[in-house]
Amino acid sequence: MSWIQHLILAPILLPMVVAGLMLVIDGRNGRITAALGVASTFALLVIAIVLLVQASTGGAQSAVQVYQIGNWPSRLGIVLALDRLSAMMLALTALLATAAMVFSLARWHQAGSFFHPLFQVLLVGLNGAFLTGDLFNLFVFFEIMLAASYGLALHGSGHARVKAGLHYIAVNLVASSAFLIGVSLIYGATGSLNMADIASRIGDLDAHGAMLFRVGAAVLGVAFLVKAAIWPLGFWLPTTYAAAGPPVAAMFAIMTKVGVYAILRLGLLFTPDGQGNVLAASGLLLTGGVITIIYGMLGMLASQAMARLAGFSVLVSSGTLLAVMGAGNANVFSATLYYLVSSTLAIAAFFMLIELAERGRARADDVLAVTLEAYGIVYDEDSENSREAGAAVPAILGILGIAFMACALLLSGLPPLSGFIAKFAMLDALLDQARNGPAPASAWAAWLLVATLVVSGLATLIAMMRAGIRTFWPSFEREAPRVSMIELGPVLVLLALCVGLTIQAGPAMRFVRHTTEQLAERKLYMDAVLKKPVAATLAPAAGPAPPADARNARAPVLPPQKKEAAR
Amino acid sequence: MEPVIAIAIGVLTGSGVWLVLRPRTFQVIVGLSLISYAVNLFIFSMGRLKVGAPTFTESPGGASALADPVPQALVLTAIVISFAMTALLLVVTIASRGLTGSDHVDGREDGL
Repeated sequence: MSWIQHLILAPILLPMVVAGLMLVIDGRNGRITAALGVASTFALLVIAIVLLVQASTGGAQSAVQVYQIGNWPSRLGIVLALDRLSAMMLALTALLATAAMVFSLARWHQAGSFFHPLFQVLLVGLNGAFLTGDLFNLFVFFEIMLAASYGLALHGSGHARVKAGLHYIAVNLVASSAFLIGVSLIYGATGSLNMADIASRIGDLDAHGAMLFRVGAAVLGVAFLVKAAIWPLGFWLPTTYAAAGPPVAAMFAIMTKVGVYAILRLGLLFTPDGQGNVLAASGLLLTGGVITIIYGMLGMLASQAMARLAGFSVLVSSGTLLAVMGAGNANVFSATLYYLVSSTLAIAAFFMLIELAERGRARADDVLAVTLEAYGIVYDEDSENSREAGAAVPAILGILGIAFMACALLLSGLPPLSGFIAKFAMLDALLDQARNGPAPASAWAAWLLVATLVVSGLATLIAMMRAGIRTFWPSFEREAPRVSMIELGPVLVLLALCVGLTIQAGPAMRFVRHTTEQLAERKLYMDAVLKKPVAATLAPAAGPAPPADARNARAPVLPPQKKEAAR
Repeated sequence: MEPVIAIAIGVLTGSGVWLVLRPRTFQVIVGLSLISYAVNLFIFSMGRLKVGAPTFTESPGGASALADPVPQALVLTAIVISFAMTALLLVVTIASRGLTGSDHVDGREDGL
């Protein structure tokens, strides 16, 4: 029992230690670093699943696990907190990481130096951001994640990557400044950095403090929205994601979801008691999200290259999440979480699939295909091309084509895959809100969102079909791409997971419903963090340790009484 | 003291934002550095401004006579992180200059 309560540290410590070890051993892409990377990523997957099982036992009332680093009391030290949402995100990260890692082994990790250490550091940042219960610590993990992502975005170098990377880094550095301003404003208003502690103090703020707090939360929200790439703040995303190497882009698919996660977590936690859903209060998330969907949709229709199309599909996905979160009723949240998992898996698979499908296809084909389309030239069936008419499509193209079709179904939300279930659940909850909503405004919001979701599905389908026809049914000869099993495997596994989500939709939906119920009970999280007693001894065998109450009495001397300092 | 700090933060942020919006990579880097200085000062001021107050000591005035140590720790972290990020951005800028032969943020001059 004693080791299992320390397991919550493993998702942060393991990749951190492994990354350091890789640098010590040789840092370049030797066999040892690759082996270490694979071992660490697979171990993380196992750990994430164990944590997921731990966090989800006991339905909606399942306990929030809290880990006090250095055994400091919660208000003073940094805590890690694991609830169902964090556990879900950890598992999703680990799944994507495993797939991307295996995929990269075929050749991508050789494209530049230090792929494996950077990959592990990215995992440290992601896992830390999902686990931490401290606002400033969240900033630090965001920065770790971003620093690694800057390196990974540039992995493989080249003109397009460096240019896109420069924009990406500049935008995110400005966003990090906004993050810091928000955090310090909130600290100035509440005198605390612990999320649960801040939440418990919101009610006691005077008018001046409450104003400071709101400004701080708004600035913080802007920083998260840049990460989530909401419309006016997300122009950096398609270029960067399209330029990044496929395994990197697949990992980046979860990075926009970190912004969404932070908004969801803090938005619900910082809602004063009895004020309903703060995320829907201003209508900003809804409006921004809807515009993001429309922008992403138009971008998808306009893209010629498949990588750009995938980049815009990330925008559609995160716009959908933000808009639905901002639409109002809490019933939608569970459908949103299901959509989050399904769309992240699908987008990651899509990014990796693109590279395989476009392999062996000359760049000139693209231009030619576009020109042909534009001028309406149809190849004469009796011309030289019809010689090959009887030849079977090579098996690999068939498999890639089916995988592509699965991606198209998932992204556009058509039956029978999990994208449909996610969209259906969201539409169902929204229609319910439209009919029985408390206010006409919320009904309008629901109708607007329903319309946008349906239209965006159609646009996605059109864009995907066009790209698919151009890639898999070219009107001229192409050689079958040479694809190794190690590359095809991860794509198929990710898609199989989506199929699994479809077949096991009942249990999955139950899981996300319990997750939203747990999120809505913010007292649960706050009590778990704030009322957690300090462990009496760190190691039972280490002789007589000071009793818990002595530690408690001694500890508060260190930081001054922040409430008083604030006056 | 408050107006001085407020004006300093305002001037730094204003110049920083203006520089970030300029087309040359060097200007962007200087702008980002100025913004990060402004943010660091801002974090300090969120612990309330005090002159000559110690952070750790047994003082007769109680906790309220002490300077708040938490923002100081935060600033330290923020300085380190922004320093590292600036270094990283410089490297990318040099790479971009080498690949494109231009120090424009888009890698090519306007009108070309």
